[in-house]
Amino acid sequence: MSSSITGSLEPRRFFLDRFSLDDRALEDTIGNTIARSADFADLYFEFRSSESFSLEEGIVKKASKNISEGAGVRVVAGDTYGCAHTDDLSIETLRLAGRTARAIAEEGGSANSVSVRLTEPQHDLYSLAHHPLDVPLDDKIGLLSRIDVAARRRDPRITNVMVGLGIEQKIILIVNSDGTVVGDVQPLIRMSVTCIAEENGIRQQGTSGGGGRVDFDFLTDNDRFLRWVYTAADQALLNLGAGDAPAGNMTVVLGPGWPGVLLHEAVGHGLEGDFNRKQTSAFSGRIGQRVASELCTVVDDGTLANRRGSLNCDDEGTPTRRTVLIEDGVLRGYLQDRMNARLMGVQPTGNGRRESFGHAPMPRMTNTFLLAGESAPEDIIRSVDSGLYAANFGGGQVDITSGKFVFSATEAYVIEGGRITRPVKGATLIGNGPDALTRVSMVGHDLALDEGVGTCGKDGQSVPVGVGMPTIKIDSMTVGGTQA
Amino acid sequence: MSAFDFAEIAEFLLAEARRKGASAADVVVVEGDSLAVGVRLGKIEKVQRSTTRHLGLRAFAGKSSAITSSADFSRGSLQTLAAESVALARATATDEFSGLPEASEVAAVIPDLELYDPAIAEISAEAAVQWCRDAEAAAMDADPRITNSEGGEFASGTHRVFYAASNGFSGGYQTSSCSLSAVPVATDNGSMERDYWYSARRRLADLDSAESIGRRAAERALRRLGSRKPATSSVPVIFDPDMAASLVGHIAGAVSGGALYRGMSFLQGKLGAQLAPEFVSIVDAGNLVGALGSKPFDAEGLATRRTAVIAGGVLTNYLFDTYSARKLGFRSTANAARSVADSPGVSPTNLYLEAGDTAPADIIRSVRSGLLVTELMGFGVNPVTGDYSRGASGLWIESGEIAYPVSEITIAGNLLDMMRDIEAVGSDLEMRRSICAPTVKISRMTVAGS
Repeated sequence: MSSSITGSLEPRRFFLDRFSLDDRALEDTIGNTIARSADFADLYFEFRSSESFSLEEGIVKKASKNISEGAGVRVVAGDTYGCAHTDDLSIETLRLAGRTARAIAEEGGSANSVSVRLTEPQHDLYSLAHHPLDVPLDDKIGLLSRIDVAARRRDPRITNVMVGLGIEQKIILIVNSDGTVVGDVQPLIRMSVTCIAEENGIRQQGTSGGGGRVDFDFLTDNDRFLRWVYTAADQALLNLGAGDAPAGNMTVVLGPGWPGVLLHEAVGHGLEGDFNRKQTSAFSGRIGQRVASELCTVVDDGTLANRRGSLNCDDEGTPTRRTVLIEDGVLRGYLQDRMNARLMGVQPTGNGRRESFGHAPMPRMTNTFLLAGESAPEDIIRSVDSGLYAANFGGGQVDITSGKFVFSATEAYVIEGGRITRPVKGATLIGNGPDALTRVSMVGHDLALDEGVGTCGKDGQSVPVGVGMPTIKIDSMTVGGTQA
Repeated sequence: MSAFDFAEIAEFLLAEARRKGASAADVVVVEGDSLAVGVRLGKIEKVQRSTTRHLGLRAFAGKSSAITSSADFSRGSLQTLAAESVALARATATDEFSGLPEASEVAAVIPDLELYDPAIAEISAEAAVQWCRDAEAAAMDADPRITNSEGGEFASGTHRVFYAASNGFSGGYQTSSCSLSAVPVATDNGSMERDYWYSARRRLADLDSAESIGRRAAERALRRLGSRKPATSSVPVIFDPDMAASLVGHIAGAVSGGALYRGMSFLQGKLGAQLAPEFVSIVDAGNLVGALGSKPFDAEGLATRRTAVIAGGVLTNYLFDTYSARKLGFRSTANAARSVADSPGVSPTNLYLEAGDTAPADIIRSVRSGLLVTELMGFGVNPVTGDYSRGASGLWIESGEIAYPVSEITIAGNLLDMMRDIEAVGSDLEMRRSICAPTVKISRMTVAGS
């Protein structure tokens, strides 16, 4: 077990050295994996080193360092794929995995001759001078302790503070049967802060956090961590005095930033290529149709510097890009990996992602957000006679086929007579994807991306993503409070 | 790699940790092989095979500890792993409750709970493809309104776990599991609905037939067609067994020692309180023969056992690992669980709400106007307060009969009130997952719709 690998790390050299391979071995493996009748094959090498620290009750109780490594071999023929994953990276195992993948894709035929060539990634979105894994242990532990102190100083009613810090570096190398070899080094930091507040026997919690593909100083620049600490503490304190949430259909205003999880659930998943190729999405066959009000333009953009959801290339080696999903309310495009793009006769969009070498790639989001409109956020609130203002959310979920989606507010207020009046307990909001955005009647000019904590789950695979949104007003949505 | 090799590796790592200055240590090694097969519209969609192994070392430096883990089992790597674990342990804070269980607490014998079926290691991709085809075909053939499919899937795996600690415990076990599912899509008058059904077992021979899984999945998708959105109201709500299991899951989170000492449980301070009617009992039992949540010993080497969490409606026991038990002045209930890369936490084993004596059909008949929940969505449960608000869909009940499907609604309440308001528990408990329940009726919740 070594710690991080930094500096001018070159993924191809790294894997060749670590597993005593050479270009011939890669050519031999990929050539033997792809049969003439298959569409393509790929090898995916991954080396992931990570650390995590957690603080509770004022002390750093847990620390861990982990290393995982392995390779995935895949053969794609039409809409069938075979793949084999192993964490034993010898040339013999790779050959065996390649044969297994080929056999299970039901493809025979003789080996293809492939000559590999290194392709430089098109983006350089997150190369770091100092990898956070290399920051001295004391600095990391020291920061967690500062957070604990800051949260408790915020208010004496804060009775417990939990802080988690996760740091990882993933080195990947993708060898495609067309001979391209693409590597990437992907740093990632995630910090989470949870505060428990207590008063008169009532307890409440608040959670915040942030991160990205950034260096360690990002956490402390301009006391950024303090913003998360205060957000978590204030949310817990606010909820101590929150009343019951209303129930039923009403006008809902969503705040900027993380509430963009609405887009992720309401439209993002439904626009992933696999569901649309199979015609099982509520958005299937609707390209060119109106699915949102004309105020709505939604994009997925994997090329934003240092963002949690960004990638230089996806896990199939395709460069990431900005894909317009909905333009002025009209459905424009889907998110594609190589297999689904090929089957639908379109170009891949750089959205083929996998959790690890042990999982197969599929179309996934990167950073998904709604572009800014023209309204002032305060005008949006003022326009609502009676409704709910949801400033922050936990997670969400969607049924791709029916289009029904939910997401749960963790900080919400009642709007009465154009003014935010009192806090209410979190409630789940439910809507229908192709319908919800048609009711967007105002879009703010205050576009914000989230702080960098999002993780998306699909078919048992988790990947880091980003979301974003300006303040928006939805004329009618079902709010799941208890006050009928 | 055999258990003997694992024992050797573990002994080597424990000795290395001691040599590097650890006062105590434990090692967990996990190795697994898995197969996943998917068929869609009769054609093979995917075949996937994986082999993974990983080990984790937890080293103690007095009353502080840290974990290192790796997939590299080479001698040099293990030595570095031990050195880093000890160094990291010295950097964490001293915590008086930290430490391994006493030697007297760990399991003296490791019972064979029949968790491993050798037939599962022998499953061919071809056989699995056929089961997927059969399950999907049964769904597609069930009704002309089943027009599409996300396919049939089979997954299986075998796992070998070995655990050794410097308190003298050393032992391992093997498990197997398999599952078969179908996900059909039903279409009618422009509405499209998907649903699923599955069977999961330790032994291959115990799986439900592919045909019954496919037919059940089709029935579930069909009954969702033409759903309405009911008016917002306060009505009786019935949870079908899988949905009732999710309520048991929320209770499991709240009785966990970890949530309790962090002040993150709505059941804090409720030990001994009557939380539900007398006919409500919830049991955690990690030593059931052949069950999906069973294991012969927990992640700290303690023999798994039966713990009554709620008996006769009274909260009788919380669930603990060694750390949370010491911290709160209890004894571990052998509910420690961990991944190789993380320190132990509390997790239920087989947790179930015991069957009542009312037939589920009679529970439905008892409702004049109300909701039968068959699906829940989202994460709207606050573990600290018990406040509950989740997306739902299901079937509306009128005059004791199922009247029509409903969707795009939410149900809301508070878990403490919901437990108190349990009005009936069904007789239909089936141990089809590690957390399970029969049908449950709650006398009143807020249903938000149009």
